[in-house]
Amino acid sequence: MTDLGWWGVPLGVLGGALRVSTPFLFVSLGECITEKSGRINLGLEGIMVMGAMAGYAVSLASGNPWLGVLAAGFAGLALGLLHGLICNLARVNDIAVGIGLMLFGTGFAFFLGKPYIQPKAPNLPAFSLGGWSELPQVQAALQVSPLLLIGIALAFALAWALCNTRWGLVLRMVGDSSDAARAMGYNVNLVRTLATAAGGLLAGVGGSFLSLYYPGSWTEGLSSGQGLMAVALVIFARWNPVYCFYAALMFGGAGSLGPALQSVGITSGYYLYNAAPYVLTLAIMLATCSPTRTLAGAPGELSIVR
Amino acid sequence: MAEEGIMMRMKPAQPVLPDHALGLEITGMTKRFGAFTALEEVSIRVAPGSLHALLGENGAGKSTLVKCIVGFHPPDSGQIQVDGHEQAIRSPHDAHSLGIGMVYQHFTLVPSMTVAENLVMSRGDVPAVLDWSKERARLAAFMDTVPFRVPLDRPVSQLAVGEKQKVEILKQLYLQRRFMILDEPTSVLTPAEADEVLGMVKGLARAGQVTVLMITHKFREVTGFADEVSVLRRGRLAGSGRVAALTPAQMAGMMVGERELPQGRSQDDDAVQASLPRAQGTDAAPRLVLNELVVESDIGQPAVNRVSLAVRPGEILGIAGVSGNGQRELVQALVGQRAPRSGEIRVDGTPYRATRAEMRRHRVYSLPEEPLRNACVPRMSVAENMAFRNFDLAPLASGFWLRRGAMLAQAARWIGEFGVKTRGPGAAIGTLSGGNVQRAVLARELSWPVSVLIVANPVFGLDFAAVAEIHARILAARAAGAAVLLVSEDLDELLELSDRLVVISEGRLVHETATASADIDVIGRCMAGHGAEHQEEPA
Repeated sequence: MTDLGWWGVPLGVLGGALRVSTPFLFVSLGECITEKSGRINLGLEGIMVMGAMAGYAVSLASGNPWLGVLAAGFAGLALGLLHGLICNLARVNDIAVGIGLMLFGTGFAFFLGKPYIQPKAPNLPAFSLGGWSELPQVQAALQVSPLLLIGIALAFALAWALCNTRWGLVLRMVGDSSDAARAMGYNVNLVRTLATAAGGLLAGVGGSFLSLYYPGSWTEGLSSGQGLMAVALVIFARWNPVYCFYAALMFGGAGSLGPALQSVGITSGYYLYNAAPYVLTLAIMLATCSPTRTLAGAPGELSIVR
Repeated sequence: MAEEGIMMRMKPAQPVLPDHALGLEITGMTKRFGAFTALEEVSIRVAPGSLHALLGENGAGKSTLVKCIVGFHPPDSGQIQVDGHEQAIRSPHDAHSLGIGMVYQHFTLVPSMTVAENLVMSRGDVPAVLDWSKERARLAAFMDTVPFRVPLDRPVSQLAVGEKQKVEILKQLYLQRRFMILDEPTSVLTPAEADEVLGMVKGLARAGQVTVLMITHKFREVTGFADEVSVLRRGRLAGSGRVAALTPAQMAGMMVGERELPQGRSQDDDAVQASLPRAQGTDAAPRLVLNELVVESDIGQPAVNRVSLAVRPGEILGIAGVSGNGQRELVQALVGQRAPRSGEIRVDGTPYRATRAEMRRHRVYSLPEEPLRNACVPRMSVAENMAFRNFDLAPLASGFWLRRGAMLAQAARWIGEFGVKTRGPGAAIGTLSGGNVQRAVLARELSWPVSVLIVANPVFGLDFAAVAEIHARILAARAAGAAVLLVSEDLDELLELSDRLVVISEGRLVHETATASADIDVIGRCMAGHGAEHQEEPA
C-alpha cells in the first residue's frame, strides 16, 4: 500500500464529501420543498432517524436494501404527513410541532430499533469512480452510492421544476403569499401538507443512507443532528435546490476533516476538527447575513422571516 | 377545510369567459361581521360597458361590498345578477369563471416571483410543464396591446408601488376579465399616469370590452372619467346617479351626510393662517440638513444618491417624484429604519443617527407611509401604539414600572382629540381602518412641540375629510415652527402644502423651485425625465 502522505487529507475530505453529503443533500432538498411552501419542519431529525431504522429493519427482513430505502421513504412520508396535518389545525405553530416530531421520531425509532442493533443487514451497493487510478486509497475514496447520483439529479430537477412547472410555481406562490394563492383558488393547507409529506419522504430516504450505506449500521447515535443542520443548510443555500447540493458537499467535506487528519496521524484535535461543519455554519451565516438586506429568496410566509 | 377542498382546483376546467362587457346588479346586499353591520340593504346597478365610481369615506363599506361581489366574503343576504341572471358567487373562483375580477388595494402579487411568472400563474389553465418560449411570445404580444410597460423579468418584490399597481391592472387585462373592480387604482400613480390608466380603462369600457367598478376618493377622477356614481355612507347606499347630473358638492354631501366634523377641526383656523403666504426672508439656520447622503436599496444599489438639502424652521420642503425613485429609502434613513451608506444627516447642526435619544433631544417626529407597517405594531393595542414615544417617561412610567392607567388615559384623551374611531384604547391597532391608524399615529407624533417632522405620503388611500384634517395638522406644525420634510407622490398635495419643492429622480435631486413660482411642466418633465429607463429594465 502506497503512502500518500499529506495528499491523504484532501483525498479524505473529497471522499468524505461524496459519502457524508448524501444524507445532507436529501434532507435539505426535502426541507427546501417544505420551506418553499411556507412551513418549517424541524422534525426532520426525527424523521431521518425513523427512516434509518425502518430502512435497516426492512433491509434485514427482506434481504434487499432497496426495499429498505423504499420503506424509509414511506416512514418519512407518514411522519411528514403527520406534521403537515397537525399544522393545518388553527393556531398550531409549525416550529413547536417540528420539535415535538423530532423528539417523537428519535424516541420511537430507538424503541422500535432495539432488536436491530446487533444483526447485520445487507447494505446498499456502491460503485467506484476511481477505476482510473492504481491507488487503492483513491479507489476507496471515490466510492459513491447510487443514492448520491439520484440526489444530484433530484436537486437539478427540483430547481428546474420550481420555475418551469405548474406545481413548482404553485408551491412558491403558496409559500410566498398565501393570500395570492387563496385568491387563485389554491388550497394553501393542502399544498403545504403535501410539501411537508414530500419533504418527509426525502428525509426518510436520507436517513436510510445512514443505516444502509455510511456508516452502514443502525445505532442510536446515527444522525447526530444532521437533520437539524440541514435546516441551516437550506437557509444559506437560499432555498435554491442546486445550492443545497453545493452546500451539502461542503458540509460533507467539513465533516470528514477530522477523520482525514486522523488518517495522516494528527489525532490531537480530533473532536475539535469534527466540529468543523458547525463552525462552518456559523462562519457562513456571519459572512452572508446582512442587517441591511433581507434574505433573498426567503419564502414570505415562513414564520422565521415574517 | 371542506370549503377549501371545493375551492381547490389544481386542474380547473377552462371556464367559458364572456366576450362582452358584463352588466351587474346587486340587490339588498347585507353583510355583518359579528355585531357590526358593514353593509345594509345596498342595491346598485352597473350598466354594461360603463365606468361606475363607488364613493365613500373610510369604513363606509366600499371594500366589503366589492369583496362580496368577488366572493371573498359571502354576503348574509342579497342577490347578485350578472347579465340578468342571478348568480351565487361563493368564492373568488366563481367570480373569475363569470369573468369578474378585482384589483385589490393590498397587492395580491407573489413578491418573489417575476412579473412574467405572476401573470402566467394568474391564469387558471397553466399547463403542468410551462413552455417559457411560448409564454414569452404570448406575453410580448399581449404587452403590445397595453399602454404601459413593466419589467417582465424582475421579481415583484423589487418593483415600486406604482409599478405593482400597473402589474395588477395588467393582470386583469391579461385574464380578459369583463367586469373589473378597481380599488383606488390611481392612489399610487402620478396624475399623468392616472389619467393615462383611467383614460385607457374608460376606452376599454366605451368599446364594450369591459365594465368597470372603481372605488375612489378623488372627485377629479369621478367627474373626469366615470359615467355613473354610487355613494356609500356607514354601510348604506347614500345616493347614486349619472355623474353628468351631479356636482362634486352634491356627491360630497352624500358622502359626509349630516355628521359632525371630527374634533381637532379647531386647528383649522391656525391652518388657514399657516397656509397664507408667510413673511419671506427666514434667515434662521437650517434645522435639518442632508449632506451628500447615499442610501442603498434592499439589493445594495444606491437608491438615494448624494442628496443634499436643507430645511429651515417654519418651512415645508416637498419632495416630488414618481414612486420608486429613492423616496422610500430616503425616509427610512431619516426615521432610522435604514443606515445610510455615506454622507450625513444633521439636525440643529449636530450629526444625527436617528437614535431614540437623539429623536427626543432634537424633537424629531415622523409620519411614515403605510403607518400600520412602519409606525405601529398591529397586534398591540391602540393605547400601547400611541405610547411608543413616551411609554418609558413620566407620567407613563415611574422608574422601572409602567403605569398602564396613565397610558390608557393618554390614549383616551388623544382618541377624543384626534377623532380616532376604535372600539376602545385596548383594541389592537391592526383592526382600525387606514384613516384611523393614521389619526392614531398623528396623535402620537404631533401632540408635542415638534422641531423636525418627516412626512411620507400621509394621505395615501384616505378619504377627503381625513385628508383635509391631516393636511391641516401638518400646516399647524409648520406654523408652530417645525421644519417639515414632506415626501409625496401626489403633486397636488405638494403644491398645496409646501413652500419649496425639489424633484427626486433615480435617487438624485434634479430640480428645485419655490412652490409659488413652480412650473408644472418643468416639474413633470423632471419627474418623468429618467422614468423611461426605470421601466425598461433589460432581462
